[in-house]
Amino acid sequence: MTDVRYDRAPGDIPSEEARAWAPSEALVYTIGLLVALILTATSFWVANTSLLWPGGVGLGLAVLAIAQMGIHLVFFLHITSGPESTNNVLALAFGVLIVFVVVAGTMWIVADMNANMMMPSGAPMSMRMQH
Amino acid sequence: MNIALTVDSVQQEALPSASEAGPAPKRIVVAYGFWIFLLSDIVMFAALFASYAVLVHATAEGPTGAQLFNQTTVAIETACLLVSSYTCGLMSLAVNSRNRLGTYLGALITFGLGAAFLTLEVREFADMIAHGATPQRSAFLSAFFTLVGCHGLHVTLGLIWLVVMMVQVAVMGFVANVQHRLLCFSLFWHALDIVWVGVFTVVYLMGVSL
Repeated sequence: MTDVRYDRAPGDIPSEEARAWAPSEALVYTIGLLVALILTATSFWVANTSLLWPGGVGLGLAVLAIAQMGIHLVFFLHITSGPESTNNVLALAFGVLIVFVVVAGTMWIVADMNANMMMPSGAPMSMRMQH
Repeated sequence: MNIALTVDSVQQEALPSASEAGPAPKRIVVAYGFWIFLLSDIVMFAALFASYAVLVHATAEGPTGAQLFNQTTVAIETACLLVSSYTCGLMSLAVNSRNRLGTYLGALITFGLGAAFLTLEVREFADMIAHGATPQRSAFLSAFFTLVGCHGLHVTLGLIWLVVMMVQVAVMGFVANVQHRLLCFSLFWHALDIVWVGVFTVVYLMGVSL
């Protein structure tokens, strides 16, 4: 029972057998920093440039932000797809689901209510007061 | 039949799974619990993001984001927090190799960059309030100060935590409990940086460009 395999703590560096081929830990952090810096710089460029179609800027910024969050998770928090971090990934997936439900659900519901506030001007007053 | 036998023998050779191995070491249990807390904290931030997204246009004829936000300040704040996340990672490497000097150095740089971030943010808030953009001016500003202020509050708590941890390293050395707390701290600090990615994208960049 000496080499029992446990799940890995979130944020912990992978164990030796997984690390034999991998770059050194400091290099992992450095790669993460460089990629994150590039993504951040791209975000600021996208927000300020006039070269891109303005309608796509919001979506582009969202994609860049999600990509950078992924970079942080992989390179700084060492979340991997390996079997020893299954628990961490499952908890993360549940958190992401809740975040999505809260944000998208709120925006959808409130946008819907906002649209329903605008009654046609001909509608009787009793209908406006229903809510 | 043969295939089933092969699968069985492979499973016999593999290491016992986590559920068969008994309770996990405390380091894993502590960090996993803290991971759950961080995810719940991020869910709370999601609620603040949602209310901000809903209220962003409710400016009540007051100042809008495009008039208030200074992108240079935000870029410097972002760089400070990102590099401090990096030095925090290097600090946790020093902790793992029981390198006292490296730990202090990493903590010092992390603290300095975090404090620089906080100073810039407080100055930005004070500037906005001086120009009449107070939280009670409009629903947009209430949501803005709640969301960004809540992140700033987390950074403040993180800085206090970092000082406490360095005192613990100095007094107790690298005992197991201190190592667990340092692991939790680095998780917390990296998570704050992830939240900041959302803040600077949704609040500042989208506020200026859309």
